[in-house]
Amino acid sequence: MDLAVAIIVTVVTAATPLLIAAIGELVVERSGVLNLGVEGMMVIGAVVAFATAQTTGDPYIGILGGIAAGAFLSLLFAVLTLTLVTNQVATGLALTLLGLGMSGAIGEGYVGIPGIKLQAIEIPLLSDIPFFGDILFKQDIIVYLSFALVAGVTWFLFRTRAGLTLRSVGDSQNSAHTLGIGVIRIRYLAVLFGGACAGLAGAQLSLAYTPQWVENMTAGRGWIALALVVFASWRPLRVIVGAYLFGAVTIGQLHAQALGFGIPSQFLSALPYLATMIVLVIISRDRRLTLVNTPASLGQPFVPDR
Amino acid sequence: MKSRIMGLALAAVFASVSGAQAADKLKACFVYVGSKTDGGWTQAHDIGRLEVEQALGDKVETQYVENIPEGADAERAIERFARSGCGIVFTTSFGFMDPTIKIAKKYPDVKFEHATGYKTAENVTSYNSRFYEGRYIIGQIAAKMSKTGVAGYIASFPIPEVVQGINAFLLGAQSVNPDFKLKVVWVNSWFDAGKEADAAKALIDQGVDILTQHTDSTAPMQLAAERGIHAFGQASDMIAAGPNTQLTAIVDTWGAYYIKRIEAVLDGTWQTQSSWDGLKDGILTMAAYTNMPDDVKAMAEATEAKIKSGELHPFAGPITKQDGTEWLKAGEVADDGTLLGMNFYVQGVDDKLPQ
Repeated sequence: MDLAVAIIVTVVTAATPLLIAAIGELVVERSGVLNLGVEGMMVIGAVVAFATAQTTGDPYIGILGGIAAGAFLSLLFAVLTLTLVTNQVATGLALTLLGLGMSGAIGEGYVGIPGIKLQAIEIPLLSDIPFFGDILFKQDIIVYLSFALVAGVTWFLFRTRAGLTLRSVGDSQNSAHTLGIGVIRIRYLAVLFGGACAGLAGAQLSLAYTPQWVENMTAGRGWIALALVVFASWRPLRVIVGAYLFGAVTIGQLHAQALGFGIPSQFLSALPYLATMIVLVIISRDRRLTLVNTPASLGQPFVPDR
Repeated sequence: MKSRIMGLALAAVFASVSGAQAADKLKACFVYVGSKTDGGWTQAHDIGRLEVEQALGDKVETQYVENIPEGADAERAIERFARSGCGIVFTTSFGFMDPTIKIAKKYPDVKFEHATGYKTAENVTSYNSRFYEGRYIIGQIAAKMSKTGVAGYIASFPIPEVVQGINAFLLGAQSVNPDFKLKVVWVNSWFDAGKEADAAKALIDQGVDILTQHTDSTAPMQLAAERGIHAFGQASDMIAAGPNTQLTAIVDTWGAYYIKRIEAVLDGTWQTQSSWDGLKDGILTMAAYTNMPDDVKAMAEATEAKIKSGELHPFAGPITKQDGTEWLKAGEVADDGTLLGMNFYVQGVDDKLPQ
């Protein structure tokens, strides 16, 4: 029982950054923009969050710093791809390189300094529930935020007019434009939201997951978040399933190794990716469903004719 | 700062080069696989470079490039150094071996030194460190300090050097407590703070009360501190990450070797060789023994002295392999060839070696 709780708590920590970054990218892609720079925005969020927390002594201000940094980098992406209409794929990749390089430079003075760990917030009464209380209601604020984000995005995309507008921009940019919707403006906001989420995910890494700054500490998590969006077929609730499945397999394989089951570790390490691939194959078998969910204008440049 | 960003963005081809030009000095140049502030492997090499500058003063100037990926980019970085008048070039990652050999052929007047590989040439030396000597000592400390009798080992890739370390650690531990157990978790990465922390959590949750790692981030140390158990630092002194946690650390101290080799170039006695130095040569050192009782500290110091004097070899028989077959008879000592190609566990490792 105790071991089970310990394992699940670890899974929550591992899944949270993936969930947050993926839910942000989901909104971006729903608006028809493909931003491959998640890794770069995440890592810049991690270093700025760490630096801000160190300077102010307050991890919560650190979180805000991380969010701002991620959003700032995404603004750069938005200006390049939306206003100057550069290629989204190339710009996104460049953003990742830029983020990794810049974070190394910013973080040079922060390597090896013990960080300030974000403390758990126990929710009164709820945290006393056996088993679930320990797992769900004794977490740090970013975990709570991650669930709030999923709920908020689900509600926004499918229950509000603004959400419908955003989806229409992603599905048919020309029709939306014809209807007088400000395609570029909406995409700007979506990209900024995605950047802020990636920054928050980065802050989780340097303030909660492993409270320290080391170069390249995202270690590919931004790319996994990107894959999770496709995995979830652009549905917010499925992002939770994907992120937690990925987290569970990752942590589960480490425990399997420590228990000495004798399964080759290379195979176990590949397991999370294998699981993702299998689910992707299963999902894409139903072509009709895939088409319904995929934003039709994804990645297409938009130049309004005047 | 700016040059670092450029270096990454341009795929490290025109990566950052530090230091000014001067014709009459010997230029010693270093190619790094990671960032010089990684807190582990590359940082240890860079500290060595700085020691060279301090020891040899104006007889030498140093240059370095960092974040050079193994492969074709490494070739260009090494060639750029060779062409720009470097007298000696140190390439500090296993994957730089073939590029180093290739470029060395084109520049016979330049001396090359490659770390942790096995190929040499007329103007290429290979150098390595007997990390396993340190592992044996920390194994002994672990067995003394552990209450559960089980240690956790966070491993990177199943290559001989890492397997060597695991075996040496366990042999050290068994010399104190024959029933000592070791749980191994492979993270298949040299550097992934999150995954290393996850592995540490998994091991602690399963009852180990001592952690050691063959990965490069300080995350496991930090997590051990959080959970209130002890741990050992790796490659660099990690005491800052766990002031009350670190028992000692195996610290790579390349400085003395670098100084020795650069001096050899200066006085014209440099020759190609295969060097595999250990504790006695100062190429690795043990960080201060802390957070342990005096008798454990005394034991560790005694073992360190014995390894230095050659009285004790970590891989001295009798040693049984994991499968129960005899590897070394009493009185036998493992030869370097077997150690460098080690692909089996000794008895007592609670893991199946990935092949």
